[in-house]
Amino acid sequence: MRRKTLHLVITFNTTTEAMAMEDLCKSRHAPGRMIPVPQSISAGCGLCWCAQPDDRETLQALMQEAGLEPENITECMV
Amino acid sequence: MIYLDNAATTLHKPPEVAAAVVSAMSELGNAGRGAYGASLDGARTIYKVRALLAEFFGAGDPRRIVFTCNSTESLNIALKGLLKPGDHAITTQLEHNSVLRPLYELQKQGVGLTIVQADRLGRVDYADFERAITPQTRLIAATHASNLTGNMLDIARIGEITHRHGLLLVVDASQTAGEVPVDAGQLLADVLCFTGHKGLMGPQGTGGMYVRPGVEIRPLLSGGTGVQSYLKTQPPQMPERLEAGTLNGHGIAGLGAAVRFIMDTGIGKVQAKEQSLMRRFYEGVRGIPGVTVYGDFEAKLRCPIVALNIRGRDSGEVSDALFTEYGIAVRPGAHCAPLMHEALGTKEQGAVRFSFSYYNTEEETDAAIRAVRALAREEET
Repeated sequence: MRRKTLHLVITFNTTTEAMAMEDLCKSRHAPGRMIPVPQSISAGCGLCWCAQPDDRETLQALMQEAGLEPENITECMV
Repeated sequence: MIYLDNAATTLHKPPEVAAAVVSAMSELGNAGRGAYGASLDGARTIYKVRALLAEFFGAGDPRRIVFTCNSTESLNIALKGLLKPGDHAITTQLEHNSVLRPLYELQKQGVGLTIVQADRLGRVDYADFERAITPQTRLIAATHASNLTGNMLDIARIGEITHRHGLLLVVDASQTAGEVPVDAGQLLADVLCFTGHKGLMGPQGTGGMYVRPGVEIRPLLSGGTGVQSYLKTQPPQMPERLEAGTLNGHGIAGLGAAVRFIMDTGIGKVQAKEQSLMRRFYEGVRGIPGVTVYGDFEAKLRCPIVALNIRGRDSGEVSDALFTEYGIAVRPGAHCAPLMHEALGTKEQGAVRFSFSYYNTEEETDAAIRAVRALAREEET
């Protein structure tokens, strides 16, 4: 299996909000990429934004500025 | 062929529209169903068009734009998801069956209904809306423009009434989106329903609705959303709450190209061209002996539509002659607007509707005038 490392994972209630996050991060050159929601966070399907733990403050500030509310922000092995 | 049935669907689209659909069909996966490139590209495309439409309709937040197959679906979602037995709704005689039939269906389930009448020119008395309000009234559903006469309602004026009485305003913008500036905020619309294939010049099978923040609509459909899969109900969050099943991503890509074309061209330029052709046609046919033109042409607020009849001649027969002898495509009959025909006194005869688009020309318009003149002369002999 691929070796997992600790990542920051930001989940959203809808695909629309997840895509809004990607759009926001791309336009502001913020770090991260879209991945499937890890099973350890939520069973089911959906997309989430995955970045490094150190990116938390930057991304939180961006979301706040854009009025984008995540479902959850956590760290897990990805 | 001279195509003058643009109020039914625009035939001539910006070339970018078909190119976007073809490209999407070759490249896009199912939006929100995976995190691989093609699926993400599907989700990105849909999000970008959502954001574009939010800008186009002055909605602000892309999450307030819901995709549907057409205005009819949007209106069914809005009316059936807002009204319940015991409520009362107000609508107008100008409406299309996409508003009337859902309301008649709801009426059978115990929803009260008042229809504001129109005069022989298709005009309403705005005080009638206020007079129709009862303690049970929940909403007013009104078209932005009659698909038969082209006359527009002053939606902001109705919105002022709904605001003052704490009611909701559901607007059918089928005939105006892409034809005139449509700003949901300025219109005070709580829900604004649009289709993609008419004035917006996108593909058939595309459409949607703007839903104002705070307006809760019960979903008409439930099913897969790609999120919150173990929830037994539709997710509570917009827009997925009202979007069950795979969206028409290919069509939406085309709709995005169409809306981008209109925004780049300028809605004012599109409107000016269409209004000019409509006025040119009206001036050309209004004085022809035997021709009756319907609607209010003194009104500033109009869509590029002219409906007429030639004496008592069957509108279907006139439309057939226009196509077979002059190559001009128009729509006869009732136009799914039964109450408007009753107001105009054309229930039996129907009417011949000419509707113009950005791609029509003055030459085509003049050819249509000549054809009407010839047919009217023929009737005299």
